Amino acid sequence: MSTALLEHRDDAGAKIGMWLFLLTELLLFGGLFVLYSVYRFRHPGEFHDGAMELNLILGSVNTLILLTSSFTMVLSIAFLRLVKRGASLLALAMTILLGLLFLVNKYFEWSAKINHGIFPNSPELLARSHGEILFFGLYYVMTGLHGLHVVIGVLLLSIVMVWMVRGKITPDRDIFLENAGLYWHLIDLIWIYLFPLFYLIT
Amino acid sequence: MSPMQNSYLTQSGTRRGLLAWVLSTDHKRIGLLYLVSVLSFYTVGVLLGLLMRLELLTPGKTIVQASTYNAFFTLHGVIMIFLFVIPAIPAIFGNFFLPILIGAKDVAFPRLNLLSWYFYIGGAILVVTALFAGGGPPDTGWTFYVPYSLRSGTNVSLAVFAAFILGFSSILTGLNFVTTIHRMRAPGMRWMKMPLFVWSLYATAWVQILATPIVGITLLLVILERLFGVGLFDPAKGGDPILFEHLFWIYSHPAVYIMILPAMGIITEIIPVFARRTIFGYKAIAYSSIAIAALGSLVWGHHMFVSGQSYTANVIFSLLTFLVAIPSAIKVFNWVATLYKGAIDTAPPFLFALAFIFLFSIGGLTGLIQGALSVNVYVHDTYFVVGHFHYVMFGGTGFAFFGGLHYWFPKMFGRMYSKGRATVALLILFVGFNMLYFSMFLLGLQGMPRRYYDYLPEFHTGHVVATVGSWVLVAGLILMFANLLHALRKGEKAEDNPWGGKTLEWRIASPPPPENFEEVPVITSGAYDYGAR
Repeated sequence: MSTALLEHRDDAGAKIGMWLFLLTELLLFGGLFVLYSVYRFRHPGEFHDGAMELNLILGSVNTLILLTSSFTMVLSIAFLRLVKRGASLLALAMTILLGLLFLVNKYFEWSAKINHGIFPNSPELLARSHGEILFFGLYYVMTGLHGLHVVIGVLLLSIVMVWMVRGKITPDRDIFLENAGLYWHLIDLIWIYLFPLFYLIT
Repeated sequence: MSPMQNSYLTQSGTRRGLLAWVLSTDHKRIGLLYLVSVLSFYTVGVLLGLLMRLELLTPGKTIVQASTYNAFFTLHGVIMIFLFVIPAIPAIFGNFFLPILIGAKDVAFPRLNLLSWYFYIGGAILVVTALFAGGGPPDTGWTFYVPYSLRSGTNVSLAVFAAFILGFSSILTGLNFVTTIHRMRAPGMRWMKMPLFVWSLYATAWVQILATPIVGITLLLVILERLFGVGLFDPAKGGDPILFEHLFWIYSHPAVYIMILPAMGIITEIIPVFARRTIFGYKAIAYSSIAIAALGSLVWGHHMFVSGQSYTANVIFSLLTFLVAIPSAIKVFNWVATLYKGAIDTAPPFLFALAFIFLFSIGGLTGLIQGALSVNVYVHDTYFVVGHFHYVMFGGTGFAFFGGLHYWFPKMFGRMYSKGRATVALLILFVGFNMLYFSMFLLGLQGMPRRYYDYLPEFHTGHVVATVGSWVLVAGLILMFANLLHALRKGEKAEDNPWGGKTLEWRIASPPPPENFEEVPVITSGAYDYGAR
């Protein structure tokens, strides 16, 4: 409402705010990790059987995709700082594309499982042991919540890209890009934990 | 509203009318938005409480069916907890006074601040929708315990989603305050020079940030269970309801400190001003806020002593519960020590603070009684518990909120209320409160279970006293708010510093100008410098 307020700018403050927000995101997933730990401790054998059924190749490819997207995200910020706006935009566009690719993979992975009759409350799943019901329940909830975050991340990066094209984000005003990047890295980081917990530890 | 020119009430920028309020990013206007909305829902919560007490006047049916009574206590809980006690002090007084108290022009993220209010209103609308939509009002109690919350045909999903949205609002406010306190303090406002209300808001904000996401995911899981039957909390599919209780209380116990810490902060502001004395033990009070926030995050299991969790866990949680009493007691002793040899002015805010100390002490000490494992088995889920948390939440946070309202009212609106009427209102409130809730301690010890619609004849006397007390209490509330509303229009003009306070808000005009300070204040002295006495 006042000009002084509109001019108020504190990049360090904005970054503190973002880190605090990321902390809340970690705790949001933290609740699910607690559930995972308790149920895995109670049903180690069934969790092993469940993990054997997941598609390791699709999971690995998605890990590779997200790791690469984190790299292009960093490139985008680095290029912007070097005042290479075109390269920065390109790297950002690649990050968005890789995010979409991750979602496409996830779609095929989930569809395959659903076609086999494995989804929450399905007769096929309910016929199995408690441990496997819980494993696949957690699989859908945790990768689903993560997927939702990828969707939000892609939307966020797209908005940032529009702002960059419109000149709202510049080399000396890059806090939006940097904060969006922090959010994207968090999404990557959570996947780094989900991948071994569901696919690798058998 | 105010005769003052150039106050935040009159200067609205480019927009006019209601838009100048609901689109304002001024922390003071947002504080007032919260004040109006929080008090509206408080009124609904009080009415529901009043109806519950009326129903319990006689055994059996008095005015409503049992299922309606279940909806009453659920909505009374949901509205009072999520729409009143949690946001009341941080969102109203925190928003209004935090920036002023640290010498800033606004919070760190003014637009995010406004967004928090919209989340609050969105959540509130969902709660109201849950009342009237399809399945009928939820009947699970505000704790939404599984497995019943998975089976109930009422609008549980909607109410749970509302709580999730309100949690978001709370997180964003906390995040905003932590950043504000770290980044926006005026020159010379070092950590140990901050007013203690700011310290309490800081501790509160951390609890909001760290605890709320846990209940967020837990509530989301309840919705997913109801929609898709995932099975994570469903014993028929291997899920464990006790895990729900853990996750729920990991947030909901620290939430108690989101409610009480800022209340303690207000009391700490009021006491030195009306005793004309420097606060006793500044550092002890500041650190005890942090200690309460930290220890309070580790005691959630004391809600689950009879749930069947491990006995070792019970012993540890019981020990930690006793430990939380220490920083709380430190505060009480410091307040009382501040009064010693003070030149006491018995104005209404001070009397509210005294009432707080008395009622909160009863609430705190009865909390310790329940923290003892063997006694807990006896009083668990009885009216003793209901009496205890009403003494802490209403006698504590509620009375501190009213105290803060009377303390800062002249600053916020530039008008002074009738002090005589405020004092009479407080006395009525105090009598009604103790009639209503002390009866609950006795009923609980007699064995009256909480949440029951019907009761045995031997509990009748206690219930009659409590219900009559609820009428006295509401009479006090009506007088108190009528007095304030009257002052809003007809009250005499308030001075800039009617109480002789030393903190920054008393150095600026009443009501404050839009930018708070004409020039950035430089802080050279402590917040409570009344000199040695």
